[in-house]
Amino acid sequence: MSNLDTYDLKLIEATQAGLPIVEKPYEAIASQTGLSEQDVIDRLSRLLKQGIIRKIAAAPNHYALGLCANGMTVWDVDDRFANEKGQLVGALDFVSHCYLRPRALPHWPYNLFAMVHGRSREEVESKRKQISKLLGDACTSDDILYSKRILKKTGLRVSPKGA
Amino acid sequence: MSLKAPKNIILDSTDAALINHLQDGFPLVSRPFCEVANQLGISEKDCIARVNRLRGSGILTRFGPFYDAQAMGGAFCLCAMSVPEERFEEVAEMVNAHLEVAHNYERSHTLNMWFVLATQTVEQIDRVAREIAEETGLEVLLFPKLKEFFIGFKVAA
Repeated sequence: MSNLDTYDLKLIEATQAGLPIVEKPYEAIASQTGLSEQDVIDRLSRLLKQGIIRKIAAAPNHYALGLCANGMTVWDVDDRFANEKGQLVGALDFVSHCYLRPRALPHWPYNLFAMVHGRSREEVESKRKQISKLLGDACTSDDILYSKRILKKTGLRVSPKGA
Repeated sequence: MSLKAPKNIILDSTDAALINHLQDGFPLVSRPFCEVANQLGISEKDCIARVNRLRGSGILTRFGPFYDAQAMGGAFCLCAMSVPEERFEEVAEMVNAHLEVAHNYERSHTLNMWFVLATQTVEQIDRVAREIAEETGLEVLLFPKLKEFFIGFKVAA
């Protein structure tokens, strides 16, 4: 991306694996990158505003939290209501990801994807029913895909070097 | 499931509150843990120790900035294939051999293989998807993200 300078790229490289968990994490990053603590804070704020950083936050491991059951629920939602309904579904506390995607007809009529987590399949199914109620008549059909096996999982690492 | 949940980790209500709090965002100030600690009514030291323990034990898989590869010029795309049962392992190997495949799940559906491509450009998504289709002789369906809705996920512990 053209509006990133060398220091932005250094900052991205220094923080993409995570922040140090110390009293002054931005100062720790500053000493690695040759910036001042305030520079680090200012640049991260700007990257956040630009949307290059989506959020500075923690991500929990659902399995470790006992949420061993997860299902990808998929819904065929009337395009006229897809945005409005997507927002409602995305705001549910048991939905970790919610996306609008294109349908792939005739194989795949669904355009709204919502990942649902629970302690058991029964819990996931009951949450699926809650989403169904929320969507009401705007949804004509739906399905749920349980994950059977993880075939590959690598960290999504950005490589700003070529950016 | 090949992800291992760490055993013998007991979360108290402060841990749960902390996990939820940190999912929503982390302050951009000199002593951010101090600010988080104040909001939760614990000490800064306790807050840092808890986050270290949660991160170290794998309860938190990530802690820090979440970069948007798309905003940085990269591209992501969810893809799905319908793989005949007898060819499943062979096809999984072919798909996983591509470095651009970030993760890949077997799912209970006719479309039984779901993977995410992560590349530098949108054009590369199409190229890799085409390569996989040619190598496997199977159709690759692309489900690019049109819109992402706000995430409200919360832990009840």
